Amino acid sequence: MWHRVIARCNRTKHWRRNTTVDITKDFAQHMQAQDIRTTQLPNGLTLVMERMPDVRSAAFSMLIPAGNIYDPPGEEGCAAVLSDLITRGAGDRNSQQLAFDLDNLGLQRSESASGSHLGLSGATIADRLPDVLRIYADIVLRPQLPADQFDAARAGIAQSLHSIEDEPRQKAMQELRRRSYPSPWGLPSDGNLEGLSQLTADTVRTHYENCFRPSETILGIAGNFDVQAIQKIVEECFGEWPDKPAPTVEVSDWAPNVSHIAHESTQTHIGVAYESVPYRDEGYYNAWAAVNILGGGMSSRLFTEVREKRGLCYSVYASLSALRDQGRVFCYAGSTNERAQETLDVMLAELQRLPEGIKEGELERCKAGAKSSLIMQQESSSSRASAVARDWYHLGRVTTLDEVHQKVDALTVPSILKYVDEHPADNFTVLTLGPESLEVNLGVS
Amino acid sequence: MEFHKATLDNGLQIVAEQSPAAHSVAVGFFVRTGSRDETQEVSGVSHFLEHMVFKGTDRFAADDVNRIFDEIGAKYNASTSEEVTLFYGAVLPEYLPRIFDLLAEILRPSLRTDDFEMEKKVILEEIGRYEDEPTFTAYETLMQTHFAGHPLGQCILGTVDSINALTADQMRGYFNQRYLAGNITLAVAGNFDWDEVLALAEKHCKNWPAGDPGRTVTEAQPPGGVEVITNPSSHHQHIMQMTPAPPSAHPDRYAAELLGVIVGDDSGSRMYWDLVDPGYAEMAEMSYNDYDGSGVYLMYCGCAPDQTAENMRRIETIFNEVNVKGVTEEELTQAKNKVSSRIVLRSERPMGRLGALGSNWLYRKEYRSVEDDLNVIDGITTDDIRRLLDEYPLGQTTTTAVGPLESLNDEAT
Repeated sequence: MWHRVIARCNRTKHWRRNTTVDITKDFAQHMQAQDIRTTQLPNGLTLVMERMPDVRSAAFSMLIPAGNIYDPPGEEGCAAVLSDLITRGAGDRNSQQLAFDLDNLGLQRSESASGSHLGLSGATIADRLPDVLRIYADIVLRPQLPADQFDAARAGIAQSLHSIEDEPRQKAMQELRRRSYPSPWGLPSDGNLEGLSQLTADTVRTHYENCFRPSETILGIAGNFDVQAIQKIVEECFGEWPDKPAPTVEVSDWAPNVSHIAHESTQTHIGVAYESVPYRDEGYYNAWAAVNILGGGMSSRLFTEVREKRGLCYSVYASLSALRDQGRVFCYAGSTNERAQETLDVMLAELQRLPEGIKEGELERCKAGAKSSLIMQQESSSSRASAVARDWYHLGRVTTLDEVHQKVDALTVPSILKYVDEHPADNFTVLTLGPESLEVNLGVS
Repeated sequence: MEFHKATLDNGLQIVAEQSPAAHSVAVGFFVRTGSRDETQEVSGVSHFLEHMVFKGTDRFAADDVNRIFDEIGAKYNASTSEEVTLFYGAVLPEYLPRIFDLLAEILRPSLRTDDFEMEKKVILEEIGRYEDEPTFTAYETLMQTHFAGHPLGQCILGTVDSINALTADQMRGYFNQRYLAGNITLAVAGNFDWDEVLALAEKHCKNWPAGDPGRTVTEAQPPGGVEVITNPSSHHQHIMQMTPAPPSAHPDRYAAELLGVIVGDDSGSRMYWDLVDPGYAEMAEMSYNDYDGSGVYLMYCGCAPDQTAENMRRIETIFNEVNVKGVTEEELTQAKNKVSSRIVLRSERPMGRLGALGSNWLYRKEYRSVEDDLNVIDGITTDDIRRLLDEYPLGQTTTTAVGPLESLNDEAT
């Protein structure tokens, strides 16, 4: 539960997906032919299944177009409260019975409401999948959304808004994200305390009624199961779900910006963001490689220059965030206050130095890391279930691991430099959290 | 699944679990050393040394080490606890020889003085990073208070003062004492050839110095107490408690694991229904942690300061009820289903098996397959839980709190 160990490099990776290339061996030798099947139900629900004969488990990822971007302005936190309330009783089961039955099925589950989707996901032993899906049909189609539990659900979300105040690293990155996308795209999924206080049980129910719909809902399932039997169960369970029109979202204007949040802390937490491309952009893999070279592994430039050569921080990284229509690079470093200015200077210098050149070795390492990630994905039903669902959302189809491999294999130093030239790291959004604000010094090192 | 084991002449122990269907192989060197094995003068040296290992040798400089791991696409890391320093990585099977060569090479590090001084800065940053997290402060203080006078109370990171005062020579001395072949277990899980693993171990590890420094293991006798750290800038009140539980070699450790799930799992447990579900606490959990010769039930509750006293009473009520009445058949079945499923899911990846494989050997000199664990869990009865509770009742022996409150008895702030 709590830190029993201190790790050498304690970084959260935010790759939307990982990719790779071949160094010495034939990639195909590691890959089983993927058995992927996609069906669209008449009501619009998309079912994407991948059968994985070597695992004992099955996992699902259901993306419902009801995330926090649909929160009514002034009542932010609505989707988050719904994602809590939705498992507090469904069909004939009350809250406790529902949790009890899902626990007895050994289901490891999670609910979230970030960005475009309210996501429900879970994994368990494969033969329990049919029972799990039947219960989730109740959760999605027949939630009780009990009014007498609204206060408790809302209090829980308010508690987590308070708790992030005690986690300055997460707070800094949440605030960076908010400032890096046009609203409502970057807003924190838990909303804010003001919005929560205005939120009513009726609004939450209306959010459910307006947003939950089969078209634009994607159900990804991966694991060791009988594809036809599962398809039949999904059709029985979700086939009668009536469709309805999509709600609209007002998107605000946005411009890069620099800001500081005062916080009494030992370290200053530094977030830097700049524009990149979404997953379906043809430049995506070049963007991915550029970010990986900058701040992916422990041989990346940021890790080498900021931590290894100067000892300025413990944690430093860059990662790529991809929404459907826009993308950003997010960089983080945390340094004790007196060294924070130097850390920011070195980070910015490294970001701006990329167009000067990339070594073949740097690209080869990217490719090697991607290759392992892709191949190791075949060991995890949860990874594959979420990958197929997200692929469908972003691309309207599923890319096979082999296809991703080919795209990464095709990357060259000139192709990455061309991308970097067209999408330079500039127009930075910078957010610092700590006792003192920092200067954003461009063009120095 | 096929299990293999061997011991080199110098005492290095090797355990390996083969699963031919896996796509990767995970390798870990488990060094039986951590903060509990340190003297006061070198507090934090185990963890600092773990970092220094990656600074390389005469053959591989620090840059080379980082570069080679990435060149072979390794998913790797290292960690330090009170009792174990672990170096591990997972790779595609054809890179086993390269990751083996690299890990074995860096485990005899040069420990150069200039690298030592540079990495010292990183360690101090790491200490600063944790200082900013009240939950970490609460945990550190709890360990120090609960295990006061016992080696488990020694801090993993050390302090700014102890790290500043530490010299490279002291680290070399500690290394020479602790990184002996007889004190290291090599674990390998996934897709590999056993003869190749043996040959690699012979080639790269046979010259490691023999010896086993051992460790004094006594069961802690916690004095108990309450430690409140007032931190007005903290939003939440963070409360942690510990009470003795079975040590790692105790036959009731599986029962203790299940009891932890019943009472304090992050969802569907008694603490969940009484504190989290109604929105009284952001988090309220209890779990079983085992150590060499000691064990604890560890409780955490994070909530608004003004709800602290009430929540502490709720937790006390749960503990008392469980101590008196035990757990129900239904609860036990539910916990078994959860834990079994977790074991199966975690074990699907070689990296997920590595920890259990290495720890079982390091702590108990035993191999346990996934099926072995599932069978033991399946066989546990409410009577077993009763016996466990009689020997190790739930309680609130030691409490630490970090947050705005000045004392845990006063509710208003």
